[in-house]
Amino acid sequence: MENFLQQLINGITLGSIYGLIAIGYTMVFGIIGMVNFAHGDVFMVSAFIALIIFLALTQLLGVSSIYVAIFIVLLASMLLTSLWNWTIERVAYRPLRGSFRLAPLISAIGMSIFLMNFVQAVQGPRNKPLPPMFNEVIHVTSGGAFDVTLAYKQIIIVAVTAVLLAGFWYLVQKTPLGRAQRAVEQDRRMAALLGIDVDRTVSITFVMGAALAAVAGTLYLVNYGVVSFSDGFTPGVKAFTAAVLGGIGSIPGAVLGGLMIGLIETLWAAYVSNDYKNVAAFSVLIIVLIFMPSGLLGKPEVEKV
Amino acid sequence: MPDAAASDAVPSKTQNRFIAALRDAAFVGLITAGLSFPLIALRAEADMNNHLELQQRWSWLVSATIAMAASRFIASIFDRLVARIVGVTGVWLILFAGGTAYYATDTHPGVIAGCVLAGLIAIGLAAALNRSSVDAGRTETRPAEPSRFYRLDTSGGSLAGNLISIAALGCAIAFPLVVLAWLGPQGSLKWINNYGVQILIYVMLGWGLNIVVGLAGLLDLGYVAFYAVGCYAYALLATKFGLSFWLCLPLAGVLAAFWGILLGFPVLRLRGDYLAIVTLAFGEIINIVLTNWVDLTNGDAGIPSIPRITFFGLPFTAADDGFAARFGIEFSPIHRNIFLFYLILALALLTNFVTLRLRRLPIGRAWEALREDEIACRSLGINTTSTKLTAFALGAMFGGFAGAFFAVRQGFVNPNSFTFSESASILAMVVLGGMGSQIGVALAAAVMIGGTELLRELDFLKVLFGAAFDPSQYRMLIFGFGMVAMMIWKPRGLVSTRSPSIFLKQRKAIAGALVKEGHG
Repeated sequence: MENFLQQLINGITLGSIYGLIAIGYTMVFGIIGMVNFAHGDVFMVSAFIALIIFLALTQLLGVSSIYVAIFIVLLASMLLTSLWNWTIERVAYRPLRGSFRLAPLISAIGMSIFLMNFVQAVQGPRNKPLPPMFNEVIHVTSGGAFDVTLAYKQIIIVAVTAVLLAGFWYLVQKTPLGRAQRAVEQDRRMAALLGIDVDRTVSITFVMGAALAAVAGTLYLVNYGVVSFSDGFTPGVKAFTAAVLGGIGSIPGAVLGGLMIGLIETLWAAYVSNDYKNVAAFSVLIIVLIFMPSGLLGKPEVEKV
Repeated sequence: MPDAAASDAVPSKTQNRFIAALRDAAFVGLITAGLSFPLIALRAEADMNNHLELQQRWSWLVSATIAMAASRFIASIFDRLVARIVGVTGVWLILFAGGTAYYATDTHPGVIAGCVLAGLIAIGLAAALNRSSVDAGRTETRPAEPSRFYRLDTSGGSLAGNLISIAALGCAIAFPLVVLAWLGPQGSLKWINNYGVQILIYVMLGWGLNIVVGLAGLLDLGYVAFYAVGCYAYALLATKFGLSFWLCLPLAGVLAAFWGILLGFPVLRLRGDYLAIVTLAFGEIINIVLTNWVDLTNGDAGIPSIPRITFFGLPFTAADDGFAARFGIEFSPIHRNIFLFYLILALALLTNFVTLRLRRLPIGRAWEALREDEIACRSLGINTTSTKLTAFALGAMFGGFAGAFFAVRQGFVNPNSFTFSESASILAMVVLGGMGSQIGVALAAAVMIGGTELLRELDFLKVLFGAAFDPSQYRMLIFGFGMVAMMIWKPRGLVSTRSPSIFLKQRKAIAGALVKEGHG
């Protein structure tokens, strides 16, 4: 029981990170119908940006409070990663709008390879370890086989995720920006006819997705304390799995899917096999796509002649 | 992107143009500075105690910003693509000279002066090129673009295609002998093995995947799984049961085809991007299983000492019963490589031959029909399930052959050879070559693999950038960038016309843009 509870806590923490990345996939897929293959690598870039800003703050500028540092890191990483993703969209995807369906996917795969190797070239191939932070823990239960603990960083991760998701939900549901975005998602041509700047809306979608990925990247760094240039691919595929599981195009679905993938992965690692935990996540992807292609909260796809 | 409407610049607008270009350049410079501020200007490097230290490299940021802004400026003031390319090259030459003068103080001044001069000449040339095009554009109006349907002449296109194919085949057959005669056994090893055999493996993989992606229109991102199955099939059968390569080769193909069917069954209902992601997941699962099933595959350590290729039973050794002794020639390790070259050439040609013949059979026509319109296929009574499965199985089978060949060539396999980036490279070859075009795929494989191998040769850059500079480190970087650039420049691939397999009265080459890529 203690073990299960502990894994539940770990799974929700991991799931929050996946959920944040998954929103980027689901929004881009919703708005231009493209699997943004490079999104996992954008997440990795954001983790690197967070790492470097953190080091710059603590080493060069002498910020001593870790809470202040992480807060600034979060904002800076969101800003700079958004700039990266905006540029990527502008350079690699926008010229291909209206091209054949595979073109953006191939371009995104190329971008993914490029980003991974770019970071390897400029930051070196070795792992980048940070000393652990927020090490304090709360003992949830005690006296059993072992104490179930809730680390401060886990609380931070879940809290930051919840706050940002609330803000993001408000942005999409209640502001003119979000309305334009949903309109473009439903019918791009009609939205353009009604005076919505489609290109700008798509750019903003990429920026939003990147900002959330940057939050995920920063939290990933806080949680694991280490990042390497190849860390984008697997979380990327898992977050995509989460987006598909929740129903691609649906933002609440992405979060729900993220939490489920996080839980499945940690529980599988705990009770079945740690080596094969990625197989569990990928199998979920395959099973969901085969038996429930529209996901948990998605709209079923209608086949038209 | 520069404003296309500004291209017919009237002299009085030159000044506006110049200011607009400056504004563009400033914007791009600003973006570059923002992008490179965290990742390029600061580098986190772990010291001896595994403690991260920041290194500051502000000069890198400045160089990147200046280079991008200057390139953007040149691209904005010139209209013609040629002028832009020449101009940007000139700018880079000058910047390169400046950078060398600043950092590598021991560089010969003549080199720097030469670079600056060449750069200035290039920019001048670009200006001249641009001017001539503007003048030409004023005097003559461009003819309307001909209908894309009839862009190529009918019989001529096909004849030229045949000639190119025959010439390419002749070159491939003559290649090892020419290289051997020219460079001798020592010097030619690298060319035959690293270039010849390596490229041909990818040509074969590209052709195998072309059946699935190019003909049947099923986007497969996990093709490397079948390559892995073939490879491990030979490695395990040969090391555990002592079976010979010539027996294992068909077995590897059969096993891979079996896996193709196994994978194909559940994913048949999926379409497009979903299919791509599921095949990717299958590829990853196979890789994870190969890594973690240590009892069978020995995990990351791999399977060593796989039996090497024999000349139909004669080993390529210096022993008395070896190939060299039996044929009465002097022993040389190059014999094995030449044999491997012709073997993979034969296998690749087999793939090509089977594909070309199948395209004329009902099954091949069904593949292409399926690619164009699945619903119409079903309405016409084509069994889409078996059609898709045969495409998957056949593509997988050729992947399996290539895998067995890879194992026998390397003599050692481990899961690191079967990562996603491998699948992505093969898919990139098929797409960049032009989906469905056999010669295009071969061309793309040669350019991509040959090009990335050539990067290893750029040792002279070490003189300029210091001994620590390793050009092959940028192999995949350029590769990824090339994929993006190719998609923007020529999304339909190098060979952008397709030859239909069935036609009314006469064969007409059609533009690749008219060929669908399938719905999955």
